[in-house]
Amino acid sequence: MGERTQMEDGVNSFMTGPDEQGRFGKFGGRFVSETLMPLILDLEARYEFAKTDPTFWAEMDDLWKHYVGRPSPLYYADRLTKHLGGAKIYMKRDELNHTGAHKINNVLGQIILARRMGKTRIIAETGAGQHGVATATVCAKFGLQCVVYMGAHDVERQAPNVFRMRLLGAEVIPVTSGRGTLKDAMNDALRDWVTNVRDTFYCIGTVAGPHPYPAMVRDFQSIIGKEVRWQLAEQEGEGRLPDTIIAAIGGGSNAMGLFYPFLDDPSVNIIGVEAGGKGVDARMEHCASLTGGRPGVLHGNRTYLLQDNDGQILEGFSISAGLDYPGIGPEHSWLHDMGRAQYVSITDKEALEAFQLSCKLEGIIPALEPSHALAHVMKIAPTLPAEHIIVMNMCGRGDKDIFTVAKHLGFDMKI
Amino acid sequence: MGRTMTRIDATFARLKSQNKKAFVAYIMAGDPDVERSLAVMKGLPGAGVDVIELGLPFTDPMADGPTIQLAGQRALEAGMTLDKTLQMVRDFRATDANTPIVLMGYYNPIYSRGVDTFLAQATKAGIDGMIIVDLPPEEDSELCLPAQAAGLNFIRLATPTTDAKRLPKVLQNTSGFVYYVSVTGITGAAAAQAADVGPEVARIKRSTDLPVIVGFGINTPEAAMAIASVADGCVVGSAIVKEISTGKPVADVLSFVATLAAGAHSA
Ligand SMILES: Cc1ncc(COP(=O)(O)O)c(C=O)c1O
Repeated sequence: MGERTQMEDGVNSFMTGPDEQGRFGKFGGRFVSETLMPLILDLEARYEFAKTDPTFWAEMDDLWKHYVGRPSPLYYADRLTKHLGGAKIYMKRDELNHTGAHKINNVLGQIILARRMGKTRIIAETGAGQHGVATATVCAKFGLQCVVYMGAHDVERQAPNVFRMRLLGAEVIPVTSGRGTLKDAMNDALRDWVTNVRDTFYCIGTVAGPHPYPAMVRDFQSIIGKEVRWQLAEQEGEGRLPDTIIAAIGGGSNAMGLFYPFLDDPSVNIIGVEAGGKGVDARMEHCASLTGGRPGVLHGNRTYLLQDNDGQILEGFSISAGLDYPGIGPEHSWLHDMGRAQYVSITDKEALEAFQLSCKLEGIIPALEPSHALAHVMKIAPTLPAEHIIVMNMCGRGDKDIFTVAKHLGFDMKI
Repeated sequence: MGRTMTRIDATFARLKSQNKKAFVAYIMAGDPDVERSLAVMKGLPGAGVDVIELGLPFTDPMADGPTIQLAGQRALEAGMTLDKTLQMVRDFRATDANTPIVLMGYYNPIYSRGVDTFLAQATKAGIDGMIIVDLPPEEDSELCLPAQAAGLNFIRLATPTTDAKRLPKVLQNTSGFVYYVSVTGITGAAAAQAADVGPEVARIKRSTDLPVIVGFGINTPEAAMAIASVADGCVVGSAIVKEISTGKPVADVLSFVATLAAGAHSA
């Protein structure tokens, strides 16, 4: 599909976005209040400079290696492959990173930038708490003040991560505005930023927000796909590319990180997996922005959103707090409309099955987010030939989710 | 730019000839329900309000403090929509042909309706201008330019972070008046001191002939007077919305508004 679209639309490359207005096609942009605009322009200039500054990347590489533990392994899931009886399945093991998810790849980049901009106070939003923990961690390492906004509902269902952040010295502010979820946490973080704009850096946790965030976060996460390229060549032979790459999508940062380095390889089939919750239908109890939403403007960018007929934003629903967001990064919206990537959805039930299969067959307890990606692998792998290579992004570990899973499986944790 | 005069332009011309400062009041459409909010709206001109800012409720008001957030939630819970907001404007216009109405809110409900459809409906209903918080000059082609072409004013916010280099860009496609946000923050935040605001307003006025109105955090007649005296007028929002939220009779809300208006007009 990607090949043909590329020809038909006369697009030479899918890797040149965003344009100067921060747009990927009609998506993206800078829909923020005037107070923030000068700061966003400054951030863009600083990031453009850092991007080509060897000292910036030297600092990143050093910390990625010695603090995060990169490169993360590319692991051939032998028993899962045999069990499914089709395509050869690899897992990109970003769950082995320090703090347990891909989130820290991006946080390091933003905090190094914040330090270079002379900012002393860092704010972040978090859903599952993984981005909050990563931000609190890096702030502790650099001695920066850290404030994390988290929906009151998520504070309850992710209690261990709240304690982690507090241990790391961060202030966690439960958000009760709206309905107290990730999108409300993002609203309150933006309100904090508008108020404390002079000394504060907003460390966004996914490929969303106003330009330059979607591009910047993607660039920091692209280390995932870059490593997959050379690691697969090492294991499967020079020049061998994956046939299919798959990742779960909340805002879409682990997915963009895996996808981006392969966008211009037409032979690589790209699949993003959204959270289908209780099913993508008229009840709207899901978080599948692309399959169940339409374009709108929220949190600084135009993208596909879950909304009602009047343009009011709807709450998402998912077993996974990390996928519980009514929007999606603007670059995904563009890749979707261009036909370069395919987007599907997986229900809570399917994700729970994949979660258990990974535990039993591979000895890997996955987070509920990548369990969605794995569930789609389970659907397609049996239909594909043995020489077909799938790489799925195992972007987080499941320690944070064992309480949720226990509840759904009817297991009493007090035993 | 040679466009026709709107109700907003006419109001400021009149105030200038009377040597009077403007008093602008904000209420949320449909808070706590259409009936009460329309009753308040109809009483505002009589209480001394020169320009009405009518909030269009949105689920995610990123630039608003708790008072206006809650007002929006109340309105949405009571079933407020864009269509009902436009109907409110039509009902108001049936009794008042002159008081300017500025719709204030966020872009998504308008984008969702479709910009051209919305502009036709808004103009017909009797809206005179718009303040859309999440549309900076960088996004002018979205709504600002089409709105001006449709004969509506597009009022822009200038803030303490709008430096000399950026100011011309902010003023370029602004019409009606300039809304100077006196503090970096959200609605209902602490107010700035008139002594600090004065030089900022003077700085903006050196670059434009448009009236400069100051808002954010003003909640007493004294503050209204102090701020209006260093600008062309002032805006009060959260303080009025807070009065409405107490459930007081409409007449009491309006007499509170009248004290604020008197404060601004005495400047
Ligand atoms: C392990 C994990 N995966 C995925 C996500 C979703 O974010 P994104 O789509 O930006 O990768 C989260 C967010 O909390 C997460 O913790």
